[in-house]
Amino acid sequence: MALEERDYFFSLGQRMLEGLAGDEAVTCQLRAESSSFVRFNRGRVGQGGEVRQRQLELDLIRGSRHASGSVNLVGSLEQDLPTLRATLDTLREMRDAVGEDPHLAYNTDAAASSETEHGGELPRAEAVMDAVRRSGDADLVGVLASGEVQRGFLSSFGQRNWHSAPSFNFDWSVFSGNETAVKSGYAGNRWRAGELETRLRKSRDDLAIVQRPARAVEPGRYRVYLAPAAMEELFSILSWDGFGLRGWKTRISPFVRLHDGAAQLAESVTLSENIEDGVAAPFERSGFARPPRVALVERGVSSGHLISPRSAREFDAATNGANANESPESLDMAPGDLDAERIAETLHSGLLVSNLWYLNFSDRQACRTTGMTRFATVAVENGRVVGPVRTMRFDDSAYRALGENLVGLTQQRDWILSADTYEWRSTRSARLPGALIDDFTLTL
Amino acid sequence: MATFEEDGARLRDRLARLAPSGCEWTARLVRQRDQSLSVRRGTVEPPRIDDDQGVMVSVAAEGGVGFAATADLSDQGLEWALHSAAAWAKRNAALALDGHLPQPADGAYESPVEVAWETESIAAKLARLREIDEILGAGDDIVDRGASLWRTQLHTTVIGSAGGRTSQRFDYLVPMLSVSASRDGDTQTRTFGGHAKVRQGGLEVLVELGFWEAGERLREEARQLAAAPNCPSERTAVVLAPDQMILQIHESIGHPLEIDRILGDERNYAGTSFVTAEMFGSYRYGSELLNVSFDPGVPGEFGSYACDDDGQAAVATPIIRNGVLLNGLGGVRSQRRAEIGGVANARSPSWNRPTIDRMANLNLEPGVSSLDALIGGVERGIYMETNRSWSIDDARNKFQFGCELGRVIRNGELAEVVKNPGYRGVSATFWRSLDGVGDRSTFEVLGTPFCGKGEPNQVIRVGHASPACRFRDIDVFGGE
Repeated sequence: MALEERDYFFSLGQRMLEGLAGDEAVTCQLRAESSSFVRFNRGRVGQGGEVRQRQLELDLIRGSRHASGSVNLVGSLEQDLPTLRATLDTLREMRDAVGEDPHLAYNTDAAASSETEHGGELPRAEAVMDAVRRSGDADLVGVLASGEVQRGFLSSFGQRNWHSAPSFNFDWSVFSGNETAVKSGYAGNRWRAGELETRLRKSRDDLAIVQRPARAVEPGRYRVYLAPAAMEELFSILSWDGFGLRGWKTRISPFVRLHDGAAQLAESVTLSENIEDGVAAPFERSGFARPPRVALVERGVSSGHLISPRSAREFDAATNGANANESPESLDMAPGDLDAERIAETLHSGLLVSNLWYLNFSDRQACRTTGMTRFATVAVENGRVVGPVRTMRFDDSAYRALGENLVGLTQQRDWILSADTYEWRSTRSARLPGALIDDFTLTL
Repeated sequence: MATFEEDGARLRDRLARLAPSGCEWTARLVRQRDQSLSVRRGTVEPPRIDDDQGVMVSVAAEGGVGFAATADLSDQGLEWALHSAAAWAKRNAALALDGHLPQPADGAYESPVEVAWETESIAAKLARLREIDEILGAGDDIVDRGASLWRTQLHTTVIGSAGGRTSQRFDYLVPMLSVSASRDGDTQTRTFGGHAKVRQGGLEVLVELGFWEAGERLREEARQLAAAPNCPSERTAVVLAPDQMILQIHESIGHPLEIDRILGDERNYAGTSFVTAEMFGSYRYGSELLNVSFDPGVPGEFGSYACDDDGQAAVATPIIRNGVLLNGLGGVRSQRRAEIGGVANARSPSWNRPTIDRMANLNLEPGVSSLDALIGGVERGIYMETNRSWSIDDARNKFQFGCELGRVIRNGELAEVVKNPGYRGVSATFWRSLDGVGDRSTFEVLGTPFCGKGEPNQVIRVGHASPACRFRDIDVFGGE
């Protein structure tokens, strides 16, 4: 399947290039996936089916003028070539209506060609349904997304890139009668049936802890442990202009003071964009390669930015193949020295927070964010878990939480594969430790 | 290959010919074309066009329902979709929550367009965007700005094995302005459009919304904000402008009343609801002044349509009357499962996602107070305009929202500008503190193109209309 997609993409692209005028150039990126989706509620199937989609992203260039767009493909030359030619005609008209673009950037180095073809094993939907059925009367709700994901790039400068990987992501939570829940998941590219059974069992075992009556917590400052999944939510909002060159240069970044050198995070905070160990394609849509690693914060000090090709032109810098939003696709936070297995003991008294939810900025310039605890949040007293707490709102600055109030990070890290499926299945991932934080502010 | 229109007309015959014998099916054919024009910091960005077309086929068999979606509209593609959906229906049957596949009614809809997008060339539109971008950028303290237009044409056809057919054509327009001013290390941003001022229609929408004239006001407000003190932290009265009210309605009335959330379908992602099935018909959601309707027939509102994406006819329905909760927001499948009254709002953003319960047009009806009267009734309070931050818990109860612009209200009059205004509260009690509802002169028809929900995830367009409203005894705060 993957090889057929690759050959078809390059064959279609070659035919398209043959139709260009002599002074025209084109870059094009393919997104393709064949996905099964099975949605569960109360251990039963709510919706299930599959989606096949392919989309070609094009930039048609003449000199410094260009127009861009996308069109979806069927998978046969007979149908796709006329569609593609009509799209190019439309782009020509649009391109000729605009002036020169001083920020236009595209890769002309054919040596940037690359191919990565990952193998793997995907689950059969029936096997997942059977495992859910065998897990008994658990109130399980969630979604299985599974299938091949491909990214390709081709340009009139001879560059060819291909990236293909099967992947699955079963993202679920198990609820108790009092509406408390445990969140879990199983994602990767090599399915092991026994692993799913183990994780489903653990979900049910963990549920016993949160099934106790939930206690109310008063607003105030608490010592908290944010598990890696909660840290992933925190970094998702901080990545909104937080690590890109454009956000810093236009002064809208929540980390302006960090990048200015006027503030820093705790010395234990080291962050990078780690494409090498992620699942995102190692090239971006204009054909620029992404380096294996881009340092963002080292020992609490800003050390670099994500720079898209357009920002590189606009701000006179070198691109590192960042996406147009300049947000991380494979964020890596260096581990610390706390033992996650003994975190309740280290926390001593406070809250263990498994997940955060619905974060947004409450004061962007102060890097202050707000959001909710979600799923299993439990109170700890004298190193022992005493029971779940009701959903609480936090509102605090990352300069404090990851700065002066950061007690430490765990040695163990989780590799979190995004379960996002907006339009397409996400290839974003993050490798993060848990964080122990003093005086974390809860407001409601 | 046949054109989309031909495919829509012939699709039923082709599907009937290709379907496995005796099978019950529906098909939703979608074509979308987007065009985007943008100027940022004095530079025209490349114009963009996006074409998308495909079909989702659903089949009911052996007590289950399955779907399959493809861009391939040839006989071969449709045959794959039918047989794949049938196989999924059988696969799902053993654990199926619901085996019901609603059949579409007959229906048609077309967005009202007075001045077609094409009447003005791309070059002319870009020249006007450049002018407004220049106005936004006047001054050394302006650090970022942009002006853009995003136009969408959407055509959907829903057909079924029982013979019904809905055909709907939509024209959406999303204008956007943004300007950021920076002073003494603080940056403040004002925006227009994007999350609020969006409509169905043609270029006349830009005039109706005041898009072409908004640049100078926004720039000066951004400058004022960058030099302003923080909003005070106190419990006080707030007056919310319509472009904040729509977010308040969306998050703490719309989402909690979605029947699929009440049924638990969304608990792993978008969340559940503090509202339960027993509350409909008697629960006091807000004060006597609170009247909210599902109204798919408001001309030009972003979520207007004749039928939802299951092909069910949509009619205006009261949701909250005089503060009492009456009906939920759920399509026919959810209504059957929950045994709650609902509306035709099973929707999908495209051919590649199945329908789920979504808001469409959810509107708060105007009252009797002018804006002067709302503000005049406040001795001490804060006026807030234009949402910029939104966060609410998974049961849609504890919320915290932030706005771009605040002004102190002192002795019944608007006073100084304050930055970073925010407020927090609890849905279940917040609406009971509603003590003033603006009249028609304060009423605005707005909406947003970005409402996320569902597994697999979906983003959909919704419409909201609201007057300005006043609330008492609210927890208000500012920045650091």
